[in-house]
Amino acid sequence: MSPVLETKNINKYFRKPVDFHVLKNISFSVKKGEFASIMGKSGSGKSTLLYILSTMDTDYEGHLFLNSELVTGNSQQTLSKIRNEHIGFVFQFHYLLSEFTVLENVMLPARKLGAKTYQEIEKDAKEKLEMLNIGHLAVKRASRISGGEKQRVAIARALINNPTILMGDEPTGNLDSFNAENVFQIFKKLKEEQGLSLLVVTHDHDFAKRTDRIIEMEDGKIISHGSGTD
Amino acid sequence: MTQWNVILNIAKTHLVTKMKSTVTAALGVTFGIGAYITLVSFMTGLNAMLDDLILNQTPHIHLYNEIQPSEKQPVALYETFEGAFNVVHSVKPKLSQRKIHNALPILNYLKKDPEVKGATPQARAQIFYLSGSIELGGNLIGVDIMEEVRLSNFRDYIVEGSPEDLENLDNGILLGAGLADKMSLSVGDRVQISTVRGDIFPLKIVGFYQSGIAEIDNIQSYANLSTVQRILGEATNYITDINIKLFDLKKALPMSQILEKQFNITATDINTANAQFETGTDIRNLITYAVSITLLIVAGFGIYNILNMLIYEKMNDIAILKATGFSGKDVQLIFMSQAMIIGLVGGLMGLLIGFGLSVFIDRLPFDTEALPTIETFPVNFQLHFYVIGIVFALISTFIAGYLPSNKAKRIDPVRIIRGT
Repeated sequence: MSPVLETKNINKYFRKPVDFHVLKNISFSVKKGEFASIMGKSGSGKSTLLYILSTMDTDYEGHLFLNSELVTGNSQQTLSKIRNEHIGFVFQFHYLLSEFTVLENVMLPARKLGAKTYQEIEKDAKEKLEMLNIGHLAVKRASRISGGEKQRVAIARALINNPTILMGDEPTGNLDSFNAENVFQIFKKLKEEQGLSLLVVTHDHDFAKRTDRIIEMEDGKIISHGSGTD
Repeated sequence: MTQWNVILNIAKTHLVTKMKSTVTAALGVTFGIGAYITLVSFMTGLNAMLDDLILNQTPHIHLYNEIQPSEKQPVALYETFEGAFNVVHSVKPKLSQRKIHNALPILNYLKKDPEVKGATPQARAQIFYLSGSIELGGNLIGVDIMEEVRLSNFRDYIVEGSPEDLENLDNGILLGAGLADKMSLSVGDRVQISTVRGDIFPLKIVGFYQSGIAEIDNIQSYANLSTVQRILGEATNYITDINIKLFDLKKALPMSQILEKQFNITATDINTANAQFETGTDIRNLITYAVSITLLIVAGFGIYNILNMLIYEKMNDIAILKATGFSGKDVQLIFMSQAMIIGLVGGLMGLLIGFGLSVFIDRLPFDTEALPTIETFPVNFQLHFYVIGIVFALISTFIAGYLPSNKAKRIDPVRIIRGT
């Protein structure tokens, strides 16, 4: 199966406060429909790698491919569009726009994309919320719901444009075990029912070992690509 | 591709949730623009009134015979003294007639000129007003009264009686209001005048004339042209001044130069005669704009501050917008549109407040002896002030919004999300 995400020899340096080689020759790929996780100690460069993969960080050497197309070197404008269309992102902190309702938050990326009418987007957004069992929250302000609910809203937002890949930066890191399990089950369901590719950075061993593949990092290098459990 | 409805929707939400800051920023613009509109309307109204006061009484071109010494003194004609250094003491003006030579043909010529709106003949006479044993010095101007009324707002300055009364009464006089006060005369009375040569004529007062300038009202009166010519014992071609009104004020200077050469006469155009009024007008305009621009700059700083604070508060929102696919330009447009909405709403409110204040000032009574035709403060309502006002508001908010929004554009989402 062709990889949805592939990197070739990615190197990154931090120049402040001192020169530091964060990522060293990172080459790996994520296949379509794969649920991969990246593990490693603090400072191993796993989050840094994820932000490069998300196209938000452009200060690196090497090549990044999404759907076999080269992403590296595109303009910020184009990268924004790629993020909008192909990448869903879930953060450790929930990062919803607190002044908007849950429904509006979920709709925003799709309205930015502008491929569908307002009514169609609204219908899609409601479907995503229903799918994550939070349909009843749609009209609430984003600032008035609990942490676990916020994370599910963030997932719904990440899914609204039917992305190629969903990335998570410690998506369960700030949740209690009940909600963390909930989020894991959602990811699993997305992979199994919709064939979505997922790449999640995590500290949580229990979480990681239930994914298809664990990529282990240490000191800016991949020390194990892991093997698919399926 | 820019999704304007999304961007405006986000901008609107920010503005509505931060209602207090929004209103404060908009009020800054409102006061700036309101003050500008009020100031400029009132100032230009005053300017126009003052200009009218002087300029309407001044013809566009004034033709007359200047009393002056000959440029070439007789000694220069002697061949004997040619090349010598001649000193002439006690130079006297050249003896010439007061009247304009060939005045009637000149008048006819001017009236046929397509650029001339009208030309009126005048005969000026030095006279004394006799009141018992008191003699008051003054001028009597013989005019073609109906032409004067047609060409200037002469009628406005007749505070009692009417121009028609003068036209109809051969030995009528429009007495200066100041003179009437001094001599306790009223319409219908007779006043005796004496010429420089000592001839005494009784004239019947048909009305009072008040220009608003005391120096004129205390000495000057008007009578029919033929009356003055008769008093002076001169023929009907005795005309000392010709006043010309043009259709286009700007042609006054070149035309006066042509007439001077053509008829060998002194011609003064309106701009030369009233240069100081132009200066006064310019300075008043300068003050108006300086004050308005200062107010708008202050309002601009207000907007700059509020947007800056908003952007610091919304760092997380900006990062999340960028992470979900909004480009830096989209984020900039969100904040720019907030600034422009503040500018537009504040500016429109300012126009309304400015208009309201102008109307209020326009209704305020302004009674002054000097200006018989003015009853309220003069205000100039002109559409282009309002256009300038709103353009001003938009430009200043654009500049004030550009800098903070540009900062928002450059915010690196990774740094915010990672919390470094």
